[in-house]
Formats: sequence, structure tokens, C-alpha cells
Amino acid sequence: MSGPDIPSGPGEPDGPEYDDGLEPGKPPRIPMPRASVEDSGLPLPAPADLGDAALPPVRPVLEHPVLKALLGAWALAACSAEEAVAVEEHLGECGQCADEARRLREAVGLLQRPESLDLDPSLRTRVLETCLERRPPRIPVPDWAAAYDAETARLDALLQDFGEAEWHAPVRLRWFRADASTSRRTTVAGVIAHLLSVDGLVALALGMDDPLGDVTSRHPTPAARTEAYWRASHFPPTRAVRGPWREQSHNLVRTVSFTGGGAGKMPVSYGAFALPLHDAMLDRAFECWVHAEDIADAVDYPYAPPSPRHLHRMIDLAARMLPTALAHRRRAGLAAPAHHRHLVAAGEPGRSLRLEIEGSGGGEWLIPLDSPAAKGSVEHEVAHVALDGVEFCRLAAGHVPPQEAAAGQVGDREAIRDVLFAAASLSRM
Amino acid sequence: MAQKDVPPRWDRKMQQRLARGEAAALGELYDRFASLVHGLAHRVLGDERAADGITREVFVHVWEHPDAYDPRQGPLRTWVATLTHRLAVQRLRATETAALARDGSGTAEELEHRVRRASVAARADYIVQSMPVPLRSALERAYFQRRDYRQTATDLGITEDEARRRLRLGLQLLSTAHETEPPGAPHGHGGAV
Repeated sequence: MSGPDIPSGPGEPDGPEYDDGLEPGKPPRIPMPRASVEDSGLPLPAPADLGDAALPPVRPVLEHPVLKALLGAWALAACSAEEAVAVEEHLGECGQCADEARRLREAVGLLQRPESLDLDPSLRTRVLETCLERRPPRIPVPDWAAAYDAETARLDALLQDFGEAEWHAPVRLRWFRADASTSRRTTVAGVIAHLLSVDGLVALALGMDDPLGDVTSRHPTPAARTEAYWRASHFPPTRAVRGPWREQSHNLVRTVSFTGGGAGKMPVSYGAFALPLHDAMLDRAFECWVHAEDIADAVDYPYAPPSPRHLHRMIDLAARMLPTALAHRRRAGLAAPAHHRHLVAAGEPGRSLRLEIEGSGGGEWLIPLDSPAAKGSVEHEVAHVALDGVEFCRLAAGHVPPQEAAAGQVGDREAIRDVLFAAASLSRM
Repeated sequence: MAQKDVPPRWDRKMQQRLARGEAAALGELYDRFASLVHGLAHRVLGDERAADGITREVFVHVWEHPDAYDPRQGPLRTWVATLTHRLAVQRLRATETAALARDGSGTAEELEHRVRRASVAARADYIVQSMPVPLRSALERAYFQRRDYRQTATDLGITEDEARRRLRLGLQLLSTAHETEPPGAPHGHGGAV
């Protein structure tokens, strides 16, 4: 992925020691069979006349079973020059070995470097859609779980060809706390362990096994669970974490399909707060994308944003969470003082900010500023913020400080500041 | 992920879930086999979009006819690979035949030769991907990394005898790509395609 790495089997030592003299980014050379010793870079056998006449060159006397066993190595030009000569002489005398030698040489011609073409992630969506049109499913994946299904599949595809080096590449998790950027160092494997631990909150709510198993976490929060998992696992976590993460994500999609659309309102506890299941699944999809980007950055690999349909739902979730985040900040004394506020009855229109998200997946949201219970209202619009969808998500992920978010702004500057800071405060480890 | 050595239980359960019409099972099936399917189709057809098309056809077929697979006949993976192979070769032959009829370049014999070569190349890929990891690792070292069998033995922490054995066995398996059916492939399955 980031270098000329042959993907090898699971659990097998591989990775950094692999060196075939390729330059990264260059197409692989197809090596020719090494028929002669000159190509091998090995010292040429000393001519007999250079040596002591009393020590004639010794030609190893090899018998049929030994030579037969050498045929594979010979066909691959992976034996010594002396052995090659011995095999070739034998082939002139032994029809059985000559037949096999021919077959094995032909087989060498069939060896090709595995094509590590990255599958276009949108192909998954297109193929599954065609299938489901042709034969409608009896047990569909709920709409609100589709983004999680797609994002976990995308991340898993990214991990597919990772070698040991990539799994241990350093990653800095960044988020926003108390209005300041904060971060935590881990590795690619550590990020997957984080996703496994936090997705586990949804698993628990659905009555599935806790991926933490016997490990106890001091608080049932995303950060505490992650730290507990990291502390308890063989440090640092390894690629072995991919299997359990993927199995759990598949099981989550499967389980929510069976619990049906009606279960979407069931609460999922995050410790300090709870989200209804359908929002929790969107939140996990969002986190999966954000961390997939962290991983892609760490191994210097491109990673595209989610499909517009899924991005829209993620933005919508953040926009719906903003009024509560604003109220929370106000209680903590972080948001604008009360003299601006116009308290209104629940469900009544209140002072609002128009959040305009540009690009695919975008849209417009009216954010009630003074109370989560108030209704967003055009008549009471006091400010207008416009920013790109992906930029907004980075802000909500704590990857862009609110002061630096590239946003077009009109209107009440304090309201705008509050909303941008509230968006950043949605982020967590 | 471990694509082989999957217990047949997984195959049976997958088939039952597909038959039940579980969309989540279809997603899991895709996640497990899409790169295999697309890779084989691409090896035969040498074209990204054509490989996308075959990928779609294969999954549609499995989703619409989950009962066409019989777990007693062998692993689901082999069945999916065989289906892919057949559809891709069909497509290649159709495209090449159309090109031949259009501009009359080449002969029917050359066409058959190209089709056969592409077919063998894809089968060889599948054999390499499916062979036991120890054999594949030995071949990779000897061929792609140009290690001789003694170095291969050192790299893999095995005896020289064992290294020679693995190289020979690996190539013997690979040479079966010239046979018309992949090893262990059920005959005449999925007749609906």
C-alpha cells in the first residue's frame, strides 16, 4: 500500500524485511529465471586449472530422488550452479524428470505478482443496490445503519494490505476539550482497538458481548473504555485486533437488521449522555470515517469522504446535536451570557442561526440558539454561517479549531462563535 | 483476513442467511469475496469496468440463487471463484468475437488462444491465492525476491529439504492451472448462468 509489499498470509512474519530492490511507486520488474551463475551475483566457480592439481573439481554425485526433489528449485533458478548442471544432465537421461521439469518451468511462467487493485468503494454500494433491486431482502439493513455498514467496509478495505509496519505506524488522535485542541498518541492498531471499544457501547445496548470481555473500565465512556482496552491488551495492539473489530461491526449491522426499524429509538449510553440507537449508529459511522482518515494520513494514503447521502446524515446528526451542546456550554459559562437570550416556550420559534453546508451532502439547518427545546426559525434568524461539508465534519471531529474553520459568516458574531465552538465541542476521543 | 481455512460452517450459515433474504449477509459476502472476484475478472478481462460488471453479475447471481451452491460440493470460495471465472471467460469470448466480426482482424484460432491464455492466467492466480501459506511464502521468496532455496530456508526457518519440497509442491499445484477445471471445482454447478 505504501510500498512494494507483498500481502502475505495472516499470522505470518512478513513486512519490513521484504526487499526486492524495487523502488516504491515503480512497477515491479518481472525477474527472469536465473539460468546461469553470472546472473546471480555469486562468485564464479574457480576454474579447475587455478587450483591444486591434486584437488580436481568435485562434481557432486546426486541421485535420482535428490535431483527430483530439486526440480522446483531448479525451475525457479533457485539452486546453485552446480546443482543446476547436475539436474540438467539428469534430465537428458530421465524422461520422468524431464516431463516434470517442463511442467514446472511452464508453471513458473504463470507466477504473477498479485494485482493489488484497490476496489472502488462505490462499487460495493452499486453492486448491493443492484442485488437488492433484483431480489428485495426479507430482512433489510435499516436506513440509519447504512452509513455504518458502508464506512466500516471502507475502512476494512483500507486495512486489507497493511503489513506490520503500517499496523504500527504512529497516529495522533485529536479532539477538542475545554475549548482547546488535545491529542493522544497511538498506532494504527490502537485506533482500531479504540473503534472496537467504543462500538462496544452499541453492542452492549443491543445485548451483544462486550468486546472488553473481563477488562473493567472505570467509566462507561468512550475514552475510559479505550484506555482500559489499551492497558489490558498486549501493548501495543497488533493487527490481531482487526478480526474482532470487523466481526463486531458485521454483527452490529446484522443485529440492528433483526431488531427492525422500531428499535431505532432505543437509547445507547455513552456514559455521560445517551443517543437513540439510530443516531448512535450514525455517530459510529462518523467516527469510523474520521479515524479511517487519521489512519490513511498516518500511512500516507488517500481516503475519500463518505458518499453524499451518508455525509448528509452525519452532518444532520451534528446539526441536531448543536442546540444541546450550546446549552451545555452556556451552563459551563463558555457560551454567550444570558443578556442576548430570548427564552421561549418549548416548541416555539427562537433566535436561530442558519447553518449552510455546501458541497455534496450539504443542505441548510436552522439552529435554535437559546434552548434545545425551541424551534429553529427563519423569522428569528440572527446569523448565517456557510461552510463546506467536509470542513464542517472536521470541525465537529475536533480536527480544525473553530477559530480556523473556513466559514463565510454574516450576522451576530457572538452567535457564530458559540455555534462553531459548540460544533468543536461535539468531538471526543 | 484469513480467506481460506474458513470453517465450512461459515459457508453453510452464509447460504442459509442469503436464502432467508438477509441483506446484511449479502454485505458480508461481498466484503469477503469482492476482491477475489474483481481480481480474477480483471486478470481475465484486463479492464476495470468490465471487471466491475462481472463483479456485479456474480453477486447478483449468488443473491438470486443462493440454493445453487451446495456446501457438500466444496467451499463457497471455490464456488464463487469458479462462477467468476466462467462468467469472465464468457464475457471475454463474446467481446473478442464481436471485435473479430467487426474488423475481421485475427483468426478464430488466435481468439481461442487468447481466451485460453487469459483463462489459465486467472486460474493460476486463484491457485496461488488459495494454496497453503507455507507454499506461497516459499514461492514468493524464490520468485519475487529472487532468493535461492537455501536463503529461502533460512528466511522461513525451515530445513533446505523442506524448502525444496515446498517449491516443487507449489509449482506442481500451479501447473494444474492448465487443466480445464480448477482443482476441487464442482462440475456443472450454477447451470442457471
